[in-house]
Amino acid sequence: MSVITLQVDGRDVAVPAGSTLLQAIRAAGLSVPTLCHLDGLDPVGACRLCLVEVEGSQRLLAACASEASEGQVIRTDTTQLQGYRRMAVELFFAEGNHVCAFCVANGQCELQDVAVAVGMDHSRFPYQYPQRSVDASHRHFSLDHNRCILCTRCVRVCDQIEGAHVWDVAERGSDCRIVAGLDQPWGEVEACTSCGKCVDVCPTGALYANEDTTAEKHPHPERAHQLRRAREHQQWLR
Amino acid sequence: MAAMTEAPLPAQALPQAQSSALIGGQGRPRLRLATVWLAGCSGCHMSFLDLDEFLFELAEAVEIVYSPVASDTKIYPEQVDVCLVEGAVANVDNLELALTLRQRTALVISFGDCAISANVPGLRNLFSAPGRDSARTVLERGYLELADASGQLPHAPGIVPELLPRVLPLHEVIAVDLYLPGCPPSAERIRAAIAPLLLGQRPCMEGPEMLRFG
Repeated sequence: MSVITLQVDGRDVAVPAGSTLLQAIRAAGLSVPTLCHLDGLDPVGACRLCLVEVEGSQRLLAACASEASEGQVIRTDTTQLQGYRRMAVELFFAEGNHVCAFCVANGQCELQDVAVAVGMDHSRFPYQYPQRSVDASHRHFSLDHNRCILCTRCVRVCDQIEGAHVWDVAERGSDCRIVAGLDQPWGEVEACTSCGKCVDVCPTGALYANEDTTAEKHPHPERAHQLRRAREHQQWLR
Repeated sequence: MAAMTEAPLPAQALPQAQSSALIGGQGRPRLRLATVWLAGCSGCHMSFLDLDEFLFELAEAVEIVYSPVASDTKIYPEQVDVCLVEGAVANVDNLELALTLRQRTALVISFGDCAISANVPGLRNLFSAPGRDSARTVLERGYLELADASGQLPHAPGIVPELLPRVLPLHEVIAVDLYLPGCPPSAERIRAAIAPLLLGQRPCMEGPEMLRFG
């Protein structure tokens, strides 16, 4: 296996060729905030929280979806990046209807977590209060579009791990939303195996089990990684 | 975007105690503290009362000049050092008090999620169909559609405050110097935010103990 070396925040680090910048950052003992990224799922670079600066380049790169290359010098925590990250999280809050007080995921929410991580104490952007619906047609689970941040973890876990591909992304811009099947009520989609993996990996209160009420959701985002490791490396123990 | 212009945040917003009242001969002027209850459930104030024995220390260190839970004063006084503002700005009374307290207060704190994001009171903003503001929608729903027989919209100018078309977080109405999130903020978090102010220092609002919403 060939190895590439690069520098992360002044630290030299060596990673296997083909690693992402996020893996290199972690190998250097550092971290960046992430939201759409989930170990076990293919990266999409949707949330832009893991943006890093690369010396010699004007572009910021999403660390989760960029391959590390030999001799790269990257910075993960500059004032510019801190500003962009906080702005991105504020926009997440302003763009949806994220009211933590009565959310199933209150206390277990990765959007809450990153708000703390980026130091967000309020949103400088006015809240938009978009008109969104709740799909409660499934026997076991519900989808609350008000709390969806379009990370597409549900789309990916259903496609890549469960192999059912129930979820997709429809429309564009502020109309963009997750759809089940051919934009059907979730409960009518025969491809759904009711496995619950989408609920397990959802970072917010958008997908939840019907029996859960405020602050009762217990997500299991680690399951995607466990299953992939089990299948690819035959390591079935946690 | 107007909302992006931030109030100057750091040290210059620290309160300079303006009262001449002194604590038992120590020479430090007692901080003039106010608490205000706008459109909120009073939960933040209940959490404030959960400070328990720290309330005794607080009573020694500050003069509570205006508060729904600790003062009978009806008019917001002049020269207030620190004000904790619970709740969103939902009606004309909220708006008037917010503007007044800003003029008369050195350090204004958005106290809890409603003041910071409009939170639950702000949910009526969801009901603003084109051409109709949310105030009209919720009033018609509450007073006409759900009325038994002879429903009528409340109308008592100067007595019942008119609802604003949209519920606003405090910082969209006045400059805010410090944000204390939580629904409600725990007593520990309130104490950690207030205690440094008593010493003329700015609290460090970082990490899950101090910042988390909800």
